Amino acid sequence: MSRCLVALLIMAVCAGCGGLGPSVADRPNTLVTTGFGLPDEHATARVGVFRARHPEVDLRVNEGVLDEQQFLSAVAAGDPPDLVYADRRKLGGYAARGAVQDLGPCLRRQHVDLNTFREAAVRQVTYAGTVYGVPDFFSVRVLILNNPVLREAGVDPAALSTTDWQRLAETTAKLARTENGKIARIGFDPRVPEFVALWARANGADLVGDEPHLDDPRVVEAVRYTTDLVRAQGGWASFKAFRDTFDSFGANNEFVTGQVAAMAMDSWYVNTIAANSPDADVTVVPFTDRQGAPLTEAGGQAWAIPQGARHPDLACEFIATMTAADTWATAAKARRDALAKKGKPYSGTFTANRAADEKIFSEVYDPRGIRVLEQGVRVVQSVQDKAFALPPNPAASDLVRSWESAVTRVLLGQQRPEESMAQAQREADRAITRVGGR
Amino acid sequence: MVSAREARAGWLFVLPWVVGFLLLTAGPMLYSLGLSFTHYDLLRPARPAGLTNYREILQDERAAKALWNTVFFTLLHVPLLIVLALGLASLLRRAGRSAGFFRTVLFLPTMTPPVALAALFLLLLNGQNGAINAMLGWFGFTGPQWTTDPAWIKPGLVLMSLWTVGSTAVLYLAALTRVPGERYEAARLDGASPWRQFWHVTLPGISGTVYFTLIVNTIASLQVFTEAYTMFFGARPSTPAEGDAALFYVIYLFQEAFGSLRMGYASALAWVLFLVIAAITALQVRLSRDYVQYEDRS
Repeated sequence: MSRCLVALLIMAVCAGCGGLGPSVADRPNTLVTTGFGLPDEHATARVGVFRARHPEVDLRVNEGVLDEQQFLSAVAAGDPPDLVYADRRKLGGYAARGAVQDLGPCLRRQHVDLNTFREAAVRQVTYAGTVYGVPDFFSVRVLILNNPVLREAGVDPAALSTTDWQRLAETTAKLARTENGKIARIGFDPRVPEFVALWARANGADLVGDEPHLDDPRVVEAVRYTTDLVRAQGGWASFKAFRDTFDSFGANNEFVTGQVAAMAMDSWYVNTIAANSPDADVTVVPFTDRQGAPLTEAGGQAWAIPQGARHPDLACEFIATMTAADTWATAAKARRDALAKKGKPYSGTFTANRAADEKIFSEVYDPRGIRVLEQGVRVVQSVQDKAFALPPNPAASDLVRSWESAVTRVLLGQQRPEESMAQAQREADRAITRVGGR
Repeated sequence: MVSAREARAGWLFVLPWVVGFLLLTAGPMLYSLGLSFTHYDLLRPARPAGLTNYREILQDERAAKALWNTVFFTLLHVPLLIVLALGLASLLRRAGRSAGFFRTVLFLPTMTPPVALAALFLLLLNGQNGAINAMLGWFGFTGPQWTTDPAWIKPGLVLMSLWTVGSTAVLYLAALTRVPGERYEAARLDGASPWRQFWHVTLPGISGTVYFTLIVNTIASLQVFTEAYTMFFGARPSTPAEGDAALFYVIYLFQEAFGSLRMGYASALAWVLFLVIAAITALQVRLSRDYVQYEDRS
């Protein structure tokens, strides 16, 4: 009896040890990515281009959003993937901790010219003068106006802007509606706390430069203004609960149902509206600063090579292929054709590579006469090179948490703007001090 | 008397658990205890920090807020769960032939994955057009903003947590059926009212089970994470739109570890929670000596 048990135990231990040998990732011509998915043709067609050029490479795309803990643990354990795909705002922290490689030599070897990439995106992947990533998608922030709702309230869509804050507050009050004590329509949604950096910049202040400026009086003024806009429309609790009821990705989205008159939003939402409600009568206009100049904030992802990657040369070639103008154009065509089969328009793809965008919008773009696309895409394109980006910071996650928490406290009426932003500044200073070692 | 051969066989049978415990529980626990005295960000070597992390916890307002949120949740959730489960179990006991059906119905919600449950309750609890406020409206009440008003977020989460009352109710039902019928008969002969029967016969008879569920649910409540994280931190892991009202202790620990990469500090937070749970459990064990009765003690 006991002999049988011992034998079973030995078999179990041996079976468990089967996984301790060299992993698949150690083999030559193998590439492992993390943080990148294959949800549509933008991904599959680009990966297809690389696979066609390198049929000998065993490319393993670990799908799903980036699991930061898993990624950093793998780097720390000396077992990283060959490539990481991450939000550009995260790269500064990875670079400061030595988790990703300097891509300078790789870019030179692959003849990747970062001058063809949008400046704001390149700024996001450059830490202490060294480039650690290659930008991929590129999104900006704009205003989306609901024409029928505005006209019904006697507001000319062409006249609504973020230039004159007093006037915007008055228009918001005119557009907002409550029924039986409940919010029935949001007049203007400033999208705070997410867009607070944009509002601060519109008021002439950067939340973060070489160091955080969260308690700058101009930042405090922007926080006070935007949170007052929300308070005047029923208060944050009701406002947020009402917003949570939107079917934002459906045919009955907030613009179709008239639940929103105007809001600040990321540019990708223009594509979403066009795909799901092509007849929606909306106008896209640039966000403007208080002098009336168009202003927007850049966002998106980037590719990077982790420290200790087993196949850095191959990874570098992969990045160069994925972000090349021709590859993007191939992906755009595949996306357009797939949508055409469903009878849907192709609203274009906004990349960080200017040359790619030129190809896409001159050769592939297929708006099919849908007004929101024809009008909206022009506006998005017009502001792309005016975009700003906050500089990479090793404590980026903590800084974002500091200022978003501060704005939330004001929205909830727990603190006054100057008090809350002063606390945020103290927290940000502490986070930057801490990141030096902990 | 157990023979040496039987003892060896016994040890072999429990060996997988012992190995698993040492490698996967005790080992990591000791490692995290060591880490709690360091500054460690996963990528650079850990640096000794002495008691710095523990001192910082004492001054950390968010840690205090998270602890308070967690204690508040536990104080509401555990008694409500026990009372509701006991009520349901008493009803089930009287259900007669249909008891099996109701027992299944009652237990089914426990099978719902926590993430699905959280998504469901985000809709049910929506202050604007959620079903719960709609029902309150039938009785003339204006429901609160359960998911966005910081004052109502924790009560909303407690309400949601009662969804899984079935598992506790089934335990109580089993305990109730074991209370000897002659005790009730004796009590009735002595003229005891139903309430006095419950207080002096039923409750002592099931006190062992109540004590078990009290300890288990207290520990689980102090470690609440999944539902609150899905509801309020899923879209924006660092700062939910509702502020810190749903910031429970384990969520804060998770943020510090995997958001800010402060593994040393997060380990210290974990050990503080371990000590809090150990202290509360020790208190419950002490109190149980006076109130819990076991049949086999007599």
